[in-house]
Amino acid sequence: MSATIIEIVDITKVYGMGDISVAALNGVSMKIEAGEFVAIMGPSGSGKSTLMHILGCLSQPSSGQYILDGEDVSNLDKAELAAVRNRKLGFIFQAYNLLARTSALRNVTLPLLYNHADAKVSVEEGDQKAHAMLELVGLGDRIHHQPHELSGGQQQRVAIARALINDPIMVIADEPTGNLDSRSGEEIMNLLHTLHRQGTTIVMVTHDPKIAAHTQRTITLKDGVIDEITHNGKHVGRNTIPLHSQWEGAA
Amino acid sequence: MKPLEAIRIAWEAIFKNKIRSLLTMLGIIIGVAAVIIMIAISAGTEATIQDQITSLGSNLVFVQGSMTRGGPGQAPSGGLVYDDAAAIQDGVSDVKAVVVEQNSSETVKAGDVTLEDIEILGTTTGFPSVRDMEIAEGRYFNETEIERKSKVVILGSSVAEELFGESSPIGEYIKVGNTQLAVIGVFTEKGLVGNTDFDSRIYMPISVVFQKFTPSMFARFMGDSVRMIYVEVEEGADQDAIIANIERLLIKRHDVTADTEDFTITTQQDIISTRESTTSAFRSLLAWVAGVSLIVGGIGIMNIMLVSVTERTREIGIRQAVGATPADIRLQFLTEALMLSIVGGLIGTLVGVGGSYIFGALSDMRTVIQPASILLAFGSAAAVGAFFGYYPANQAAQLDPIEALRYE
Ligand SMILES: Nc1ncnc2c1ncn2[C@@H]1O[C@H](COP(=O)(O)OP(=O)(O)OP(=O)(O)O)[C@@H](O)[C@H]1O
Ligand SMILES: [Mg+2]
Repeated sequence: MSATIIEIVDITKVYGMGDISVAALNGVSMKIEAGEFVAIMGPSGSGKSTLMHILGCLSQPSSGQYILDGEDVSNLDKAELAAVRNRKLGFIFQAYNLLARTSALRNVTLPLLYNHADAKVSVEEGDQKAHAMLELVGLGDRIHHQPHELSGGQQQRVAIARALINDPIMVIADEPTGNLDSRSGEEIMNLLHTLHRQGTTIVMVTHDPKIAAHTQRTITLKDGVIDEITHNGKHVGRNTIPLHSQWEGAA
Repeated sequence: MKPLEAIRIAWEAIFKNKIRSLLTMLGIIIGVAAVIIMIAISAGTEATIQDQITSLGSNLVFVQGSMTRGGPGQAPSGGLVYDDAAAIQDGVSDVKAVVVEQNSSETVKAGDVTLEDIEILGTTTGFPSVRDMEIAEGRYFNETEIERKSKVVILGSSVAEELFGESSPIGEYIKVGNTQLAVIGVFTEKGLVGNTDFDSRIYMPISVVFQKFTPSMFARFMGDSVRMIYVEVEEGADQDAIIANIERLLIKRHDVTADTEDFTITTQQDIISTRESTTSAFRSLLAWVAGVSLIVGGIGIMNIMLVSVTERTREIGIRQAVGATPADIRLQFLTEALMLSIVGGLIGTLVGVGGSYIFGALSDMRTVIQPASILLAFGSAAAVGAFFGYYPANQAAQLDPIEALRYE
């Protein structure tokens, strides 16, 4: 039994305007089901980050439709998008993006500050939960450390704990291992795989084919369109629309 | 975001940049402290004036001869004359006492000390009680001495000291102009009342002044002119009615009309309100000074908040990425601006109150701290923070999350 978490239809994103406009996405459609682990690949500049920002509700598509968890979020205003990010999504950045001079614990509880929907979470409950999340990512002994006192891999784990604190329906990661050496990168990947096995839906951008090989499905972007989809290493389609129906056929 | 969280975050941000925050608050601190100190000084001055005036007794009416000497085609009148006093005492009801005053100025000598231009005041027996003067040594003159034009004098405290130093002047003689007078008393120190220095004058029977210092050839026909008549009215009497009666009486006696009066009648209340109108003018000037310094302080806050928003662009991006709405971000920065101005206002209040005390203690000016001035200064500081903090806070709220996260 799988529920569709994401459905995007013919998404485009155009940066700038007039003569110097850049089309970063040129009509991308896909579906992601609950419990999936999807890797997004493609050459530099192919639009991977742009797609992640739209999926993560950090920016709006220029055209097309985005249905997240049954709700059309294509036309929400800034405040509504912020609420969706807070309640439904967890974002992991290549650059960690932790608050400087702020403890791991406070970084992890940050999203709780902006949780307007669920005001019942008390500070103590929030701290307990953040503590549990930091245990989960293996940093139970580092909760009071500030980012500059942590290694890159540890900082990224704090970021993962932060992404999970509001029980998101999907985690979006844009090159989470991009700034890490291979060993720390592997640890992060192991952590993400563990989370996936425990039921977390993950969409991740990566440049590393070996990492992509571990995911169920790999979507390759090129020049702002989907170039290729492989499922468990098997090629299932090229740039045809709608792509998700082909993948459903294959499943 | 809960307001308490916003306050905590703002406090941390301010505390992380202690020096910068303090410098930013300086404008507000100076503005608030200046308002409190200056209002305390003006209130202190006013209180001093009030005290001096009240020390004269509130039931005094002053009748003063004025420069107007009749209108065109009218015979010159003699102004206020000595007999007017007796007429008021007899002709107006509810008058408790009447004191007359005539002055001149002369050179005063005692031994080898000479004082130029000393004010001599001729007056009557009621003077010490009406003007609240006390004899320090010796005695005051009496009715008989006025009738006999006795050559006696009472010295103001500073005159006594300049003429005789530490030794007692009682029984000594001084020469006023060409007249020799016996010193029979010295007043205690009184200080300045309004613009008059009571201690640098000498006092003698008014009859002596008429005879020796302000003789007039018209006196025979019109009476001896006097500078001032003090009318002490009965406690609880209708002052306005008494003033009207005095006016009617004097108009008749001087043969003038209401338009050509050669005298003016004032009360303590008139004097107090004149003083009050000058202090209120002073206060509105202060309000301008305070307003300008607070606005300058506000611009300082706006400037530093704009810097802060730019510096913390990445932080704003991170907060937005995890779900902060534009309203959350706006609240956070507005709270910070408000806190800068409120903390500045608090420090300014402490400086202002402390400064007022110190100023009052170190200078001879009195300061009275007005609770309302603290409220006013503090309230305007907060308003300035909110007003000048809004624009930077709104800039922060409008940032695009992706752009903010990319900011280096
Ligand atoms: N804010 C922007 N303004 C203008 N053009 C942009 C902007 N952001 C991205 N682009 C352009 O959009 C295209 C896609 O960029 P994007 O960052 O999505 O690529 P990417 O696949 O993530 O690349 P990389 O692997 O290097 O991270 C690029 O050509 C880029 O120059
Ligand atoms: Mg990218």
